[in-house]
Amino acid sequence: MTSYPDWWKLLFGRFTLEAIPYHEPILIATFAAVALGGLVLVALITRFKLWGYLWHDWFTSVDHKKIGIMYMILGVIMLLRGFADALMMRGQQAIAFAGNEGYLPPHHYDQIFTAHGVIMIFFVAMPFVTGLMNYVVPLQIGARDVAFPFLNNFSFWMTVGGAVLIMASLFIGEFAKVGWLAYPPLSGAAYSPGVGMDYYLWGLQIAGIGTTLSGVNLIATIVKMRAPGMDLMKMPVFTWTSLCTNVLIVATFPILAATLALLTLDRYVGTNFFTNDLGGNPMMYVNLIWIWGHPEVYILILPIFGVYSEVASTFCGKRLFGYASMVYATVVITILSYLVWLHHFFTMGSGASVNSFFGITTMIISIPTGAKIFNWLFTMYRGRIRFELPMMWLLAFMITFVIGGMTGVMLAVPPADFVLHNSLFLIAHFHNVIIGGVVFGVFAGIAYWFPKAFGFRLDPFWGHLSFWFWVIGFYVAFMPLYILGLMGVTRRLSRFEDPSLQIWFVIAAFGAVLIALGILCFLIQIGVSILRREQLRDTTGDPWDGRTLEWSTSSPPPAYNFAFTPIAHDLDAWADMKKRGYQRPLTGYRPIHMPRNTGAGLIIAGLATICGFALIWYIWWLAALAFVSVIAAVIIHTFNYDRDFHIPAEEVVQAEDARTQLLGRA
Amino acid sequence: MSQNHAEAHGHDHHDGHDSHGASHGSPRGYVTGFLLSVVLTGIPFWLVMNDVLGNSTLTAIVIMLFAATQIVVHMVYFLHMNGRSEGGWTMMALIFTIIIVAIALAGSLWVMFHLNANMMPDLHKM
Repeated sequence: MTSYPDWWKLLFGRFTLEAIPYHEPILIATFAAVALGGLVLVALITRFKLWGYLWHDWFTSVDHKKIGIMYMILGVIMLLRGFADALMMRGQQAIAFAGNEGYLPPHHYDQIFTAHGVIMIFFVAMPFVTGLMNYVVPLQIGARDVAFPFLNNFSFWMTVGGAVLIMASLFIGEFAKVGWLAYPPLSGAAYSPGVGMDYYLWGLQIAGIGTTLSGVNLIATIVKMRAPGMDLMKMPVFTWTSLCTNVLIVATFPILAATLALLTLDRYVGTNFFTNDLGGNPMMYVNLIWIWGHPEVYILILPIFGVYSEVASTFCGKRLFGYASMVYATVVITILSYLVWLHHFFTMGSGASVNSFFGITTMIISIPTGAKIFNWLFTMYRGRIRFELPMMWLLAFMITFVIGGMTGVMLAVPPADFVLHNSLFLIAHFHNVIIGGVVFGVFAGIAYWFPKAFGFRLDPFWGHLSFWFWVIGFYVAFMPLYILGLMGVTRRLSRFEDPSLQIWFVIAAFGAVLIALGILCFLIQIGVSILRREQLRDTTGDPWDGRTLEWSTSSPPPAYNFAFTPIAHDLDAWADMKKRGYQRPLTGYRPIHMPRNTGAGLIIAGLATICGFALIWYIWWLAALAFVSVIAAVIIHTFNYDRDFHIPAEEVVQAEDARTQLLGRA
Repeated sequence: MSQNHAEAHGHDHHDGHDSHGASHGSPRGYVTGFLLSVVLTGIPFWLVMNDVLGNSTLTAIVIMLFAATQIVVHMVYFLHMNGRSEGGWTMMALIFTIIIVAIALAGSLWVMFHLNANMMPDLHKM
């Protein structure tokens, strides 16, 4: 370490060749697999000359539909990484008993559980949710794109930038060993001197900018760009929940950014916001991070409640029961989600009065959530239920989520929490609501909107197989953790003494394998569906007999979404149009004004990522250069006046005539 | 008929600056705002530099009040916020922001105060 000369430090900061983990066989094997896979991918793209297509039609696209699909792809890729971490942890805990060290050394194990949490929340759940909102919201409100199309592209690439930094930590240096929320003092400079914690900070900071901006974008879209006639109380429920989620994003992500910035100052310039001495208070970090962290939970689940609402009314063939109560419940949850954060640290010692307040608010927030469950149940009551895949996910969600909700109310009782805090019971609880709520909902949403996005349905056989593996796997993997938690086993342990516990961990590991099969079946489902796309083709644009405006256009929708802006007269505008015998207009097309693609988003986000990487490794010259380049690129982009164009009327006529023929054939 | 109307309306979406949006202010408004800001900044400086009130706690409180007034001046004269702009959305966003900031600040102070009282009792005796 000491032998590196000054010029090296000037050039490469604290990067040394020892930082490449070539002494870790697991990482080397992973790297070899990733590098090989990457090379094959690059070779294939080059072989089929797809670089131009990818660049012009996808990477630089400002089309909300393409950006939405790219978010979903990012989510799937990161799901594989995050799930690999989960499998490794389950494997380690299943074997590390009675003197057996397992196969993961503690410093590696700690990185894995940190990476698992960070990736699953920030780079799986968030891209999935953002992707669904991006794709669906403009279509549901009858708009042609989001309010700020370029910003949308930029937000996406910032999220990718954060993900790239987190992934880079696998092979260059190390990742944080501090748990997914990185509490100080452990995450401070004194106890985490390495680059891992800095990967965490800059990765999240860069991705957070993207998330915040996409929140601003979608709020503006929903507020300003609804089709004529679509009052707030005629908006589809998914759009409503998206609006609330994005309000939460804009209100809370700055808190995350500020908190992480303070910790960054502690680490980089020696301030003492969250240190133990010199007037710092690490508990303040815990307090601040959860003021962001609890609303974040609702940021993830609210749009998914919207997905379930759309699925419920479509597959029961009737209006959602209690639309107004659903909207009010969503808004109440939005506000209440700011009043419960302390239930994450009852044990910190704020005393009885503070704990009882937050315990009670936490129990209150389960009321609007319970109201939603009843709304879905009553929507099913006397509905003509079609047990298609999205509906199956809804049913699994309702059962699973209620169990998770009830264990949540148990944890909301402060005295009970003193026993269960940081135990595997907590782990089981939040996986119960996040997998049973968010993940099931994402799969419901994918199955539901896939035909809209690609023009063919997903293969039902592999979908149902994936469904059953996921649902059964979830119960097998997490019910043992409830039991272990009640027996007092705490989280984040890499080895155990008591051999009587082992059987539960083995069962949990088996459950994780079942979930792995579920993921595999999902990937096979996508592949099989692509191969069978002609049989699964949707020519109508409305394969499920849908109720909202996205089903009124073709599948996949044209770049301009709607040749004529639709007019909403009722809730469930498309169901209403179908009932009144709506005829698609066949003439009178005009040129359509659209935003133009630009590579600026990718370039600026790429520079920001380089800046983050340089800051992590203390490569100051590169950090300064990249930062100045970001500013310069932003300024140069403001001089780009070639931002829009008109799709000529002839092209619109062609596209719409093609659709008319397709509809005639169907 | 209504289709054509709708289409014309649809075009407005990307052109921005529709008539119901926020106003862009007038030179008179900007000058008023500027003068008010200068005065509201100048008074706190004067209070501190000449030690007018003779009590640092009181001075701090008064400066805070001037700062809060300053925020309102900026919102009215520079951000052109009022109850009507953007069809009331601006005001709603402001109220929401105030609620959230109040919850975060008051909550944090409450939580941390109790924490200190419970966990650091010796610190208070000193």
